[in-house]
Amino acid sequence: MTKLAPMTGVQTSVNNSFKQRFIRDFKLNRLLYIMMIPVILYYVVFHYAPMYGAIIAFKDFSPMKGIMGSDWVGLQHFRDFFSSYYFWRILGNTVLISVYSILFMFPAPIILALLINEVRNQTFKRVVQTFSYMPYFISLVVICGMITDFTNSNGVINTLFSWLGYDGAAMLQKPGLFRPIYILSEIWQKIGWESIIYIAALAGIDQEQYEAARIDGASRLKQMLHITLPGILPTITIMFILRMGNMLNVGFEKIILLYNPVTYETADVISSFVYRKGLLEFGWSYSSAVGLFNSVVNLILLISANYISRRVNKTSLW
Amino acid sequence: MHAETGLRNKIFDYTINTMLILLVIVTLYPLLYVLFASFSDSAQLVANKGFLWKPLGFSLEAYQSVFSNPGILKGYGNTLFILVFGVTLNMLLTSMAAYVLSRRNVMWNSAFTLLIVFTMFFHGGLIPMYLIVKGVGLIDSIWATIIPFAVSTFNLIIMRTAFSAIPESLEESAKIDGANHLTILFRIVLPLSKPVIAVMVLYYAVEKWNAWFYASIFLKDRNLFPLQLILREILISNSTDSMATGASSADQFMIGETIKYATIIVATLPILCVYPFVQKYFEKGVMIGAVKG
Repeated sequence: MTKLAPMTGVQTSVNNSFKQRFIRDFKLNRLLYIMMIPVILYYVVFHYAPMYGAIIAFKDFSPMKGIMGSDWVGLQHFRDFFSSYYFWRILGNTVLISVYSILFMFPAPIILALLINEVRNQTFKRVVQTFSYMPYFISLVVICGMITDFTNSNGVINTLFSWLGYDGAAMLQKPGLFRPIYILSEIWQKIGWESIIYIAALAGIDQEQYEAARIDGASRLKQMLHITLPGILPTITIMFILRMGNMLNVGFEKIILLYNPVTYETADVISSFVYRKGLLEFGWSYSSAVGLFNSVVNLILLISANYISRRVNKTSLW
Repeated sequence: MHAETGLRNKIFDYTINTMLILLVIVTLYPLLYVLFASFSDSAQLVANKGFLWKPLGFSLEAYQSVFSNPGILKGYGNTLFILVFGVTLNMLLTSMAAYVLSRRNVMWNSAFTLLIVFTMFFHGGLIPMYLIVKGVGLIDSIWATIIPFAVSTFNLIIMRTAFSAIPESLEESAKIDGANHLTILFRIVLPLSKPVIAVMVLYYAVEKWNAWFYASIFLKDRNLFPLQLILREILISNSTDSMATGASSADQFMIGETIKYATIIVATLPILCVYPFVQKYFEKGVMIGAVKG
């Protein structure tokens, strides 16, 4: 036993008042608390102070008067936002991009993992994995630069589609093409990386099941669909619920790099709108209100996803 | 019967291999295109439409422009600064906090954990964040890209989990010898956690390398711009003009195209060369993260 045990033992703590425990704990763990000070300070200043600062959503913030001194306007900014033309547009875009991502992007790495799992030649397997992870390490700015360039009127992707009858105009200038470009490039960049988790799960499948299936004469395709896929289903479910909880967290940095006024109608999402209204047009309070709306909806979605997951799946974040 | 299954299996194998080879081609070709284009003669490249299977002509003009561009060199320098000091600060704070939170019998630990984890699920928003960074006087300081991102909650939780898994008995003897917590952290816990430290350093480094958004709102002085912001100017806002100085405007456009590709290569090649060597750490990181959910 440690020499600390008697101090924190159950018998002695019964007749300890909170104050005594507090003092004893502090004497014992003083250095730990000192080590924690910078981190707590960091969280207070850069996470909790902005939460407090979010009250400017209910004020008419002016940099002169500061957060405290600005005048209260109540729910004015929220009312303005909900009744504005932009509300349905950016909410719709956010949800659509999210839903399309889930529909098309979510299954892609699972399929890749299943395919990689069937490869018998270890060297080939390694090569495929290494190359498919690669785009993940190219920075977002460079990826978006490549997208812009390839889809431009002289770009290689644009040319490829002109051979198939496309009219050849810069693709990022067409509102109808924004979402496909966004999602396909997302798949291109992340399919390999996101398959890692499923490949790891595949390693845990009991090999005897395959043996039994082979004796029964099941084809490889059947084995894949009836043993491999169910084997990683728990992992798939967890990833899916986590993804659902992130519904309104669209990768807005990528959107800001790719969109332009012509494509706002399909590309503008809540967070890009907050950025534009707040930091480019200085509507501090209004855009804080929009941002706060986003944060609250996210929190509700996450709590719901967690609740459903706990009920259905017996797995949850808390 | 047996021969038939054999044939079916063969077809299955061929189908899968073909699909994966296609995937590798689709993944690699855009990168090869950029590489070929960057070495191409600018006039020939602009005239060309469609695929490239080798550089058109051969010219190092674009690379000369890139390497003589003060913005790119300065950007590289700034990013290097952010990487070195940023990741050091990240690791120092994250490992200290992870150590404290992995101790048992610390009265305030559950309160600390709640305080920290809550920030993963709720945040004040972009504008209040900007106002705070402005309020503490970091606007237009390179530290604005470092200090507000000093700890990643996700990484902190991963590290705390890893530290909790270290058997207590290993620390006991040091405790009896009178070692304090800092000594235990730096002499015992950290040396025992090399794999997780490697993963954390890589995660933080990638985050810093890629970051451009907050730099774009916190920094106005071009001399402080990290590489990614310079890249944004060149690749997305199309401002290669300053690099192709002394050329006519038509020439500037043509040279501009090859400069873009050369810039991509210069900014990406170092990462892609290092990456295969650290790949296994990343894979490990995904799995550590996954266990936590």
